[in-house]
Amino acid sequence: MTEYINLKTPLSDSTIEKLKAGDKVRISGILYTGRDAAHKRLIEMIESGEELPFDVKGQLLYYVGPTPAKPGQVIGSAGPTTSYRMDAYAPTLIKMGLKGMIGKGGRSKEVIEAMKTNKAVYFAAVGGAAALIAKTIKRVEIIAFEDLGTEAVRKMEVENFPAIVVNDTKGNDLYNIGREKYKIPV
Amino acid sequence: MRQINTEQITDTVEKLCIDANYNLGDDLITSLQNALKKEESPLGKEVITQLLENAEIGKKEQVPVCQDTGFAIIFMEIGQEVALAGGNLREAVNEGIRRGYKNGLLRKSIVKNPIDRINTGDNTPAVIHTDIVPGDKLKIIFDAKGGGCENMSRSAMLTPAQGREGVINFVVDTVSRAGANPCPPIIVGVGLGGTFDYSTLLAKKAILRPVGSHNEDKTIADLEKELLEKINKLGIGPQGLGGRTTALAVQVEAYPCHIASLPVAVNIECHSHRTKSIVI
Repeated sequence: MTEYINLKTPLSDSTIEKLKAGDKVRISGILYTGRDAAHKRLIEMIESGEELPFDVKGQLLYYVGPTPAKPGQVIGSAGPTTSYRMDAYAPTLIKMGLKGMIGKGGRSKEVIEAMKTNKAVYFAAVGGAAALIAKTIKRVEIIAFEDLGTEAVRKMEVENFPAIVVNDTKGNDLYNIGREKYKIPV
Repeated sequence: MRQINTEQITDTVEKLCIDANYNLGDDLITSLQNALKKEESPLGKEVITQLLENAEIGKKEQVPVCQDTGFAIIFMEIGQEVALAGGNLREAVNEGIRRGYKNGLLRKSIVKNPIDRINTGDNTPAVIHTDIVPGDKLKIIFDAKGGGCENMSRSAMLTPAQGREGVINFVVDTVSRAGANPCPPIIVGVGLGGTFDYSTLLAKKAILRPVGSHNEDKTIADLEKELLEKINKLGIGPQGLGGRTTALAVQVEAYPCHIASLPVAVNIECHSHRTKSIVI
């Protein structure tokens, strides 16, 4: 019913710049995961000059805390968590070369500005479609902060991971566009 | 007196955690199907279709429908003619949660202390509410409350002068501010009246009513209808991407209040509404 743009990670600036708010994408390649507790540690490592467990350049970060895998599964259910909680940390990572984030819900002005300046995008995945999304995850490895359990940093290999561009490099925001379109004034 | 052993409560709670997280209720599914028929946004339709497909996978493969398997909320209505035998009731409930989250491979999302934030590792403790009611039965209601939608909830102490209009403005504004964050289409639980604390409890109880059911009091039922209409004019839509279905339902519970007060609480529930109950 709709056309998808196929993206393969890592992402270059030229690929990123072509993406527009509202574009539906299917992502294949590597995604790194992190949410609240992992972000706090990553930023602390940056502040104390330590090397990060993965190079963020060109990469995508998926905000997720999965459920444990059943025997035979590579991962349990794995839908996006609400992104604004990572707003305090995201600009630092974007300035270091992070090319995109996948989550759900709106971002702060600071994050949107950092995306414009440094050529990065923000994608939404469907929150609560966690069993469906998990089927696109083919391989998972914990690469840092194992003690954090579900909040550990994972390296995931995905195939046709479904997402939609919310914030592009021009400063467009699909949440505002969509809402304005369907708003009925009272 | 009718005797109920707390071991039976542990077993029941374990089953409820798993059942609720794998199998969404028929009331919710019907509500999503109705929303799909009415939704005008193509993207909104696509989102709802995916949610229904996801619910199918949960049921068929017996896996959690959402990775946030929630804070375990337990409401117990204990008949006053019930005598509880065996161990400590609170511990029996938490043991049920412990087993359910371990054996059901559910996510452990609770930190022991809000400041140092170390995960308890077994999703305990639950938030447990008990009510003593007439009769010799024991009803246990379980709700897996996701963090994303809980974070968007708000309460206020309005003045009687602000009245019905003030309540409507506060509820609609709360949903408007929440935007895409709480995973719309949402269920809006509203607690009206009582005290500061009691209004929030009523809001949570309101969420646990069958999806789309109306309050028996006509004044309140009319308020529910008007709120739903106003909320769905916001345009937020499924996942906040724009559309007609921002809320599946608005459910209000009310209680008498002080002549000086008008407490209002809004507890937001995501579309992944996971609740089950059993009567022992």
